[in-house]
Amino acid sequence: MASVLDVQSLQVSYSSREVRPRPVLSGVSFDLRPGEILGVLGESGSGKSTLAASVLRLLPPNGHIGGGAVLFEGKNLFQANSEHLRQIRGARISLIFQEPSLALHPTIRVGEQVRQVLAAHQSGAKSALNEKTREICAQLFPQDSDRILRSYPHQLSGGQRQRVLIAQAIACNPAIVIADEPTAALDPVTQMEVLAIFRSLRETLGLAMIFITHNPALLSDFADRILVLYAGQVVEWGPAHAVLRSPKHPYTKALFESLPAISVEYEKSRKNQLPVIPGNSSLSSLPRKGCSFEPRCPLRMDVCTELEPALVNLGESRLVSCFKYKD
Amino acid sequence: MEPILKVENLVKRYAKRNLVGPPQEFLALDGVSFAVFSRSTLAIVGESGSGKSTLASCIACLELPTSGNLWFEGKNLAQSPESELRNIRPQIQLIFPDPASSLHPGWSILDIVAEPLILQHKLGRKERELRACSLLERVGLSAEIAARSASTLSGGQRQRLAIARALTLDPKILILDEALSALDCSTQAQIANLLLELQSFLGMTFLFITHDLTMAAHLADEIAVMSAGRIVELGPSAEVLRNPSHEATRQLIAAVPQLPRSSWPAIQQ
Repeated sequence: MASVLDVQSLQVSYSSREVRPRPVLSGVSFDLRPGEILGVLGESGSGKSTLAASVLRLLPPNGHIGGGAVLFEGKNLFQANSEHLRQIRGARISLIFQEPSLALHPTIRVGEQVRQVLAAHQSGAKSALNEKTREICAQLFPQDSDRILRSYPHQLSGGQRQRVLIAQAIACNPAIVIADEPTAALDPVTQMEVLAIFRSLRETLGLAMIFITHNPALLSDFADRILVLYAGQVVEWGPAHAVLRSPKHPYTKALFESLPAISVEYEKSRKNQLPVIPGNSSLSSLPRKGCSFEPRCPLRMDVCTELEPALVNLGESRLVSCFKYKD
Repeated sequence: MEPILKVENLVKRYAKRNLVGPPQEFLALDGVSFAVFSRSTLAIVGESGSGKSTLASCIACLELPTSGNLWFEGKNLAQSPESELRNIRPQIQLIFPDPASSLHPGWSILDIVAEPLILQHKLGRKERELRACSLLERVGLSAEIAARSASTLSGGQRQRLAIARALTLDPKILILDEALSALDCSTQAQIANLLLELQSFLGMTFLFITHDLTMAAHLADEIAVMSAGRIVELGPSAEVLRNPSHEATRQLIAAVPQLPRSSWPAIQQ
């Protein structure tokens, strides 16, 4: 099946006052299939938010795309002119941010904020746009969409605000929605509601989605495939159920083990120390050569300090970058 | 054994002012009662808006409850004068959800940890610095970084620093208000381990406020579930998870995201 988005060896770095630019993404490649939910898993600093921003070339001024390509609808977005990009952003590919209270304008009614997205991309009479706005919001607020449309963001709960952002994101019928930690600020019940909305939108609109999170548990029963990022590189990629059930890369394994579990014998392990990944992935603690996870890896070998592992194909479309595995 | 903290029928009402019309009343806490024993952890879980953080502010004496009693070491904090609360506050410390906004970005790490000692007029400068450095080591930060500013730290390191600052005045109770939610999973595990370690070494009492039921179950001896300003369920962690009696608890349990490996359904039956 042809992919809707093809990201090829994406390289991004941030310049700073210090001497050398800081690499954030080094050669990230993946593709997104139509109607697929791709979960991107990584800790802070792994480059997952940069990945979201660079697909639409929305990096901050000190961000620099060093190489690679993003192919969308047959065109490389890295070579597109600004008018072409404007037509794509928010209309064909839209972004949903983490903090719903910051992403909405505080003194404009939310209905108007959804309408503005439509107005930016579609011509038409005001009444037609208003009608369309109501239609979109009715999908997300089946109960009282008219009241919500007339509200200001501060009058809404976190979950309602997140739904408004989703309404903005789907307003123009995009092919792809990129959601960067969209449920991090929500409580678990609301979080599940938002995930259910995403699931049903995928069914009704055939959306493909990149769902960025640091919590692997959120992706189970939700994502189709999972891409695990560590220090700006893909360390593991595969079907969600396979990655979640039997992680292959030592980082993914250690990450899953560090989550507390509630099982039948949970009472025995309660208040025990959790297994942790020692150290951190800050730039100063990354090795200059070899595998970037090597300093924290419980399974390190001699070769890991010398060479960078390439992605190994384990079959059943599973990829892992670790010397423990061979093609 | 006497509980270290006893909350009786605590009520907190806020006046909600509108641009027009009379102010409306909002009942944030609607008769909350519970007791916590020394050296134990009580987790308070509930969805946003259920009154968890208001409860934390009342216990930390940052807000005065509208009515009810707050017994701490034989004193009723709800009816103590401000002069007395000033001596109580150091013993009940609060840790906030977002370590990035609860630490001064420009101050040195040393100054941040030593500030409570200055405010309470305790110890001379030399002793303060020694104490600050030993606290940094205690929470797993190296004393060598004491001169750096807090903004150079990672999220996990910042939360360690916030914990060190809370420990400065030897509190008896530590209130952790969503103290892990802003952190990555792997960092959460590190900080959770630190909390367990501190509890067994220093014999502290924790109030762990969270909406992460899994972490609550791991860290706490007892779980209290809040909904609309009331505690709707309270009991030993395993008991609450195994036989949830209230709808709010069942909803929270159903909403817990879980990896396929954990056999959570066995507990839900």
